[in-house]
Amino acid sequence: MKSEVKSILMAGVGGQGVLRASDILCQVMMDSGLDVKKSEVHGMAQRGGCVTSHVRYGQKVHSPLAKKGDVEILLAFEKLETLRYLDYLKPGGIVIINDEEMNPPSVNLGAAAYPETVVPIVRERFPSVIVVNAPELADRAGNRRAVNTVLLGVLSKYLKIEEQQWEKGIRDSFPPKTVDANIKAFHLGRGI
Amino acid sequence: MTASRKNGAAGKRLMSGNEAIARGAYECGVRFGSGYPGTPSTEIMEEFARYEGVYAEWSPNEKVALEVGIGAALAGARALVTMKHVGVNVAADPLFTVSYTGTNGALVIVSADDPSLHSSQNEQDNRNYAKFAKIPMLEPADSEEARQFIKIAFEMSERFDTPVFLRSVTRLSHSKAVVTPEDPVPVEDRTAININAAKYVMVPFNARVRRVEVEKRMNALREFAETFPENRMEINDPEVGIITAGMCYHYAKAAFRDYSYLKLGMVYPLPVGMIREFARKVKKIYVLEEMDPFFEEQIKALGISVIGKEIFPYTGEFDPGIVQTAISGTKPESISCPVDIPPRPPNLCPGCPHRGLFHVLSRLKTFVTGDIGCYTLSFMKPLEGLHSCICMGASIGMAHGMSKALGEKGRGKIVGVIGDSTFLHSGITPLLNLAYNKGDAVIVICDNRTTAMTGMQEHPGTGYTLQGEKTKPVDLKALITALGIDSVRVVDPYDLKVTRAVLKEELDRPGPSVVISQRACVLFKREAKAARKPLRVNPDKCIGCRSCIGLGCPPIAWRNFSELPPEQVKKNAKKQDGMAVIDGTLCNGCTVCQQLCKVGAIVEED
Repeated sequence: MKSEVKSILMAGVGGQGVLRASDILCQVMMDSGLDVKKSEVHGMAQRGGCVTSHVRYGQKVHSPLAKKGDVEILLAFEKLETLRYLDYLKPGGIVIINDEEMNPPSVNLGAAAYPETVVPIVRERFPSVIVVNAPELADRAGNRRAVNTVLLGVLSKYLKIEEQQWEKGIRDSFPPKTVDANIKAFHLGRGI
Repeated sequence: MTASRKNGAAGKRLMSGNEAIARGAYECGVRFGSGYPGTPSTEIMEEFARYEGVYAEWSPNEKVALEVGIGAALAGARALVTMKHVGVNVAADPLFTVSYTGTNGALVIVSADDPSLHSSQNEQDNRNYAKFAKIPMLEPADSEEARQFIKIAFEMSERFDTPVFLRSVTRLSHSKAVVTPEDPVPVEDRTAININAAKYVMVPFNARVRRVEVEKRMNALREFAETFPENRMEINDPEVGIITAGMCYHYAKAAFRDYSYLKLGMVYPLPVGMIREFARKVKKIYVLEEMDPFFEEQIKALGISVIGKEIFPYTGEFDPGIVQTAISGTKPESISCPVDIPPRPPNLCPGCPHRGLFHVLSRLKTFVTGDIGCYTLSFMKPLEGLHSCICMGASIGMAHGMSKALGEKGRGKIVGVIGDSTFLHSGITPLLNLAYNKGDAVIVICDNRTTAMTGMQEHPGTGYTLQGEKTKPVDLKALITALGIDSVRVVDPYDLKVTRAVLKEELDRPGPSVVISQRACVLFKREAKAARKPLRVNPDKCIGCRSCIGLGCPPIAWRNFSELPPEQVKKNAKKQDGMAVIDGTLCNGCTVCQQLCKVGAIVEED
């Protein structure tokens, strides 16, 4: 039987912790016995530009890049970025949206408008759309920067990976003083 | 930086291609490395430097890095030299002749190419260098192969007495995959001083002899390629075969797992016999490669009929979808977004010291020749403070050329800008030229105390080596004076008034001068100053003049009154149609916008 390779696409803005989140996801998958590859671009992209991370997993993964129309789950760290990468999703794919807006430069300059209808546009096209106020949950967990672990928590609901594996992955990825807040953030995300 | 990496094998790990290259080099006994940072190559040397017992340095540029590597190999060491694709252009001079001398020890040059120009000024295909300089080249397809191929590269270098290229691309360097590290082999010291002038003094008399040796070596390498186990045939469906290498192999396997494959681990020289055999075994052959038709031209020259660039793009990075569409003619089904999405290009950070400088420059009505660094981003709206960018160091030579060509018309209007790391990389000789040949331009060194664009690497101006040792930083002012520039002035780009006044004075003065715009990168932790209070806009004072908006600083946004609830609209000027707001969570209080505000509407947060 041909083993199926699945793809998750994370998209956000430089500084939101997208790469850390995808590192944790990949570590957790590898520890669960899966083959996994991920891909991202550093450099220019870190200067406030878009950041994406493709994560692909299964029995044997070839490409670290997903193709358009082939992603199972799109995890958008910023609302607008959902739209930018919508064409990567499979018909019927799952969309997780962090309900946070960060203005691109043209919006700040007053030259363009931030699209107001992101969520309705996505809901019209995809059956499973989860909108989460991750900054608020991160605040509640005690660390405003834990937005990425909140979102991992939401994502974890759709993956068959043991909770302990996630906790271990998070523990191994953060300095001791922020571990507890990140574990809490993860569970707040997982609980919604 | 000084923390040592785990040296033992200890099971599977996720590693980027760059981490895996460093790991493989360490495992096979390499203890010497040099390079210059450049995306996507930077992390190779950073990682390598963390292993125990290793010597690793950032050299001031790629030419120096390669010469350092050549010297180390000549002394008997195994030397790893890393750079991005355009860095090989800088290092090309020694490259072409070390191919003649051979290496004595071992020398492997990693060239990290950047298809799609994610972070580069061009998209050159450095496989051409292998053919051009007659140097064999390996290309791994994933992290585990990267770890293994770097070892093979060192073995080949020793066996054939040749420099060897290892080619990476952005997608390999910056992808992570599962790697199974091995324990490092015991290191033996093979260094010694041996004199062999006939082999290492490349005067015509000797070089003509070595030239013939190069062709003999190429023949030996062609033969080696035929049985090289990493040139691998997978015969599945005999109807369709794909000849490919590197990451493209995985893109194709993800799209067409049942086709037959000839996967080339060595991309130069090609295994001609094996290619002919593959052509006999499969009916229809595609040659799949990003950028240039490098394999395709060589294979077609053998008289073998293949399909290549008629269907695959010449430009940009591929992915499984692109490969699938090109071969099958069908696009994957996907749902696209129905509305226009405002682009999100990279931008100068909040509080970036370049912003104030480029605001001043754009208002001075000068032509600004630019260079390679974060500041290149200031060409965009609204700053529009920079008008050219070619390569590292080009700003100064170009400013000189423009000033000479324009003569009187250019007087007081030509500025060249260059970063501190870039100036030390390749700005010194053009500045010497500007002074000696009596050019008339103002050169601004954007001195942010680090190599910021690639992630805070040391350079000869920072006072630290790659491995964290203290060293003597170059005295920029003294260096520039010694080059023949009489007027060297230092400004703080957070101080707009002084920056503007000094630049005006220097533009008015005939002859060349240098202004050092000095303030550490806002992300550079070692030089971080005490936090400043974020600023906010007082709506009772803002007159909607948009001066602060013109900085393009991420926390500052424009709000049209038409979009605000009536109770928030405060008109302080007749035709005012909106106001500025500052996001206090992003602002770091650099005060540049505050200095621009004529009505004092920008104040510290309470």
